Amino acid sequence: MKQTIAFTLNGEAVSCDVDVRQSLIEVLRDEFEMTGVKEGCSVGECGACTVIIDGQTMESCLYMAVWANGKNITTIEGVAAEDGHLDNVQQAFVDAGAVQCGYCTPGMVLSSEQLLADNPNPTRDEIRRGLSGNMCRCTGYQKIVDAVELAAKNGGVKTDNRNKIPFHVAN
Amino acid sequence: MDKKKIVGHSEERWDAIAKVKGQANYTGDFSFKHLLHAKILRSTIAHGYVKSYDIAEAAQMPGVIKIFLPEDLPHHLYSTAGHPWNLDPAKRDIEDRTMLTRHVHVYGDDIALVVARTELQAKKAMLKIKVEYDEYPVYLTPEAAMAPDAMRIHPERENAFASSEVGFGDVKQSLKDADYVIARHLTTPVQQHLHLENQIAVAYQSSDQRWTCISSTQIPHICRRIVAQANGIDWSQVRVKKPFIGGGFGNKQEIIIEPLVVALSRALGGRPVQIALTREETIAYTRTRHAISYDMKIGVNQDGHLTAIDCDVLSNQGGYASHGHAVGGKGGTFINALYRADSLRFSAKTVYTNIATAGAMRGYGMPQVIFALESIIDDAADKIGMDPIKFRQINHQPDGFYNQLGQTKQRDFLIEQCLVKGRAAFHWDEKLAASQAYKTGVKRRGVGIAAFSFGTAVWPFGLETSSARLFALPDGTFKLQVGATEIGQGADTALAQMAAETLGVPFKSVIRDVMTDTDLDPYDTGAYASRQTYIGGVAVKKAAEEMKQKILKRAETEFKVQLEHMDIVDGNIVYRADGDLVTTVKDMAMQSYYDWDTAGSMETYSSINVHHNSYGSGCSLAEVEVDIETGQVKLLSLMNVHDSGKIINPLLASGQVDGGMAMSAAYGLNEELLYNKAGKPLNNNMLDYKLPTAMDLPDLEGVFVESQDPLGPYGNKALGENPDVSPAPAIRNAVKNAIGVGIDKIPLTPELVYNQYQAAQKAAKGDL
Repeated sequence: MKQTIAFTLNGEAVSCDVDVRQSLIEVLRDEFEMTGVKEGCSVGECGACTVIIDGQTMESCLYMAVWANGKNITTIEGVAAEDGHLDNVQQAFVDAGAVQCGYCTPGMVLSSEQLLADNPNPTRDEIRRGLSGNMCRCTGYQKIVDAVELAAKNGGVKTDNRNKIPFHVAN
Repeated sequence: MDKKKIVGHSEERWDAIAKVKGQANYTGDFSFKHLLHAKILRSTIAHGYVKSYDIAEAAQMPGVIKIFLPEDLPHHLYSTAGHPWNLDPAKRDIEDRTMLTRHVHVYGDDIALVVARTELQAKKAMLKIKVEYDEYPVYLTPEAAMAPDAMRIHPERENAFASSEVGFGDVKQSLKDADYVIARHLTTPVQQHLHLENQIAVAYQSSDQRWTCISSTQIPHICRRIVAQANGIDWSQVRVKKPFIGGGFGNKQEIIIEPLVVALSRALGGRPVQIALTREETIAYTRTRHAISYDMKIGVNQDGHLTAIDCDVLSNQGGYASHGHAVGGKGGTFINALYRADSLRFSAKTVYTNIATAGAMRGYGMPQVIFALESIIDDAADKIGMDPIKFRQINHQPDGFYNQLGQTKQRDFLIEQCLVKGRAAFHWDEKLAASQAYKTGVKRRGVGIAAFSFGTAVWPFGLETSSARLFALPDGTFKLQVGATEIGQGADTALAQMAAETLGVPFKSVIRDVMTDTDLDPYDTGAYASRQTYIGGVAVKKAAEEMKQKILKRAETEFKVQLEHMDIVDGNIVYRADGDLVTTVKDMAMQSYYDWDTAGSMETYSSINVHHNSYGSGCSLAEVEVDIETGQVKLLSLMNVHDSGKIINPLLASGQVDGGMAMSAAYGLNEELLYNKAGKPLNNNMLDYKLPTAMDLPDLEGVFVESQDPLGPYGNKALGENPDVSPAPAIRNAVKNAIGVGIDKIPLTPELVYNQYQAAQKAAKGDL
């Protein structure tokens, strides 16, 4: 069975017909080509598919696509400024060496964005708790925690960079 | 004049920006028109034979294109192990598998394939296939599989299919000569790689009528060979492309699904076919770290002298040979690399069982043998009442030792410096003293240490060859092409730094490409054995040196300055003597494309074969708190110290250390893939298999004892795997220091620690 949903995706009003059995990650990747949303387990264990829905992080593999109707959704493609400049969190991930294979990175960046939006000056323990739903096998989380600390120090989340129309996704 | 150093500087990894923007494309991110999806039907027994399939109902399900049984695909025997091909048939990996099989060797064995228009349709059809089995006895351990009445898992060979023994001296006599003999039975668990991106591959027929396979593989060039062999086609008919890859850790040094997607595309008229494994499949049905047990004895004198190290090893291979005895048989060389004893015997057997096939995993046998060695070494230090760091200091091999078992002189072997630096940097003495306040009560604290040695690449046990190509672009930048494979570790960035350093141009002037493409990129065997910066680095250096000569030659011709008087610094061609500008690399590059008389673009290619090895070393220091009422071990602090020669990129190197420490800490404390008696995996998901979260780890500290390795192309030697070796035994030894019980098994789960502590208390009271 199909249903039409309309929602805001990275600042842009969009709509589409979805199979009611589909998860949000399928629709984001297949219909909207938001391939920055990564699939690591499909059952809400790893956090790679994290997106932000109305100011809360959510694993998009667990979220039915039909529930997105009327929601405001940010994927990794919506984080950088319209001209492609990195925001504070992204830049801190680059500078702190928090990126290795990169597969957890989109979810990790989005969880960090929301963490800093909710708590602009977190302690390291609060950062660890805030990122505990996002698994990483490469980094031991060390430089990811460093990156979030660095981003907080550099001014945290600049909300004007959120929910913009994504820059063109190249390659 | 001073040159800006690029090697040794934390250059920003070239792919970081794409990754934080979500621009980086992994195998699953490419789109294809009319992509077909295949699912593997997996056996629901661990050992037996498929008597019959009933696919009638499944074949009628919506969207089904075709169902493949073992008879429908090529049945060439092959090995999934990602080693270089060996021209000597006797030295090849054991070829004991076909793409699909009726003969079930492991739970989840590949017994059929369903191809459908969507993944969901393939899954739903798969559920309708009915299978009848003849069931055979299931063997979970080497001991069970070696019992006299056990049936052969592969009829062609015994279950204990490989063995080896190395050593020197008379171990029996040396043990007799010792003041004390310590014996331990030490066991390690099945660990899984848990790379965040599951195995995935797509294959299609390209316009030239060959077969392209896009795959998340660590070894594109080897992948091409194995895919071709499994399909029985010429190697040139396969082209492998490796895009961004979401971690590998050795599991993608196995060619598991690539032969299947190529076979399916071939059977379906060249249409694109994808297999994307689920997380549950990846954990249970790809590869694992070998569970290995060690019966170890050491002889030690009261003064700390080691008389003997004696070790019998049983390695649990699982259902297929894969990397086989190369993992379990490893150890003698590296025990000898680390400690000197009057005699050594290392005798190992590798045995088929019916659990998941074990293969390559970060450290490749070293985490297992070092867990065993460093546990018993620590117990020996306790036995004679010696400080455990001092005990290691008086017994480790000296710098310059010739290791006859590895045919390698251990040049620049700096374990002594690591132990000294570790003691100070970790504040060992202070932490040990502080722990004395926690030897009674519920929460007990302790500190522990473990040392290790580690080879770089695989010579002399395997081939080491690599190649690199550089070409100058008109604007004075350079495209670097290598077969060495970026899998997230940062190899591409390190190799680009090396090229820039030797060329004398800025780091940003060397351009890399995410895609490793067997049609375009020169040959290298791939990402394993911590080899790429060491072996690939030699190839890059040679190509860069030749390119530099080409550029200077052009400048010499143009400006009539003798070549030997010029150098390239930061992209400028200057007089060696005073740095005065002659011309620029950019001008020479532009000329090489467009000068009416002298045009001829500048390209260099190198191909090298390395016949040496550099051994690294290091140690881990851990501080724990054990709750004796629950058995819970809390890791308070962890430090690794590494002797890895010159550090090419400190930030990236530190990242490798962090990740390895986390993987080994979890190996020591949490991670184990479990089976029921029927061989069914019990915890093949990310909730029940305890991968650490950010909350489960302390801050991780990595320290380098930096030096210039005399053989490494830029003074460098192995680093990628090294950090994953010694944290687990350091934690085990810290737990022993905290509660007075040396536990000979990992992971140190609360249940195990609680039970062992209770048993020790009872034994101490004499009421067992």
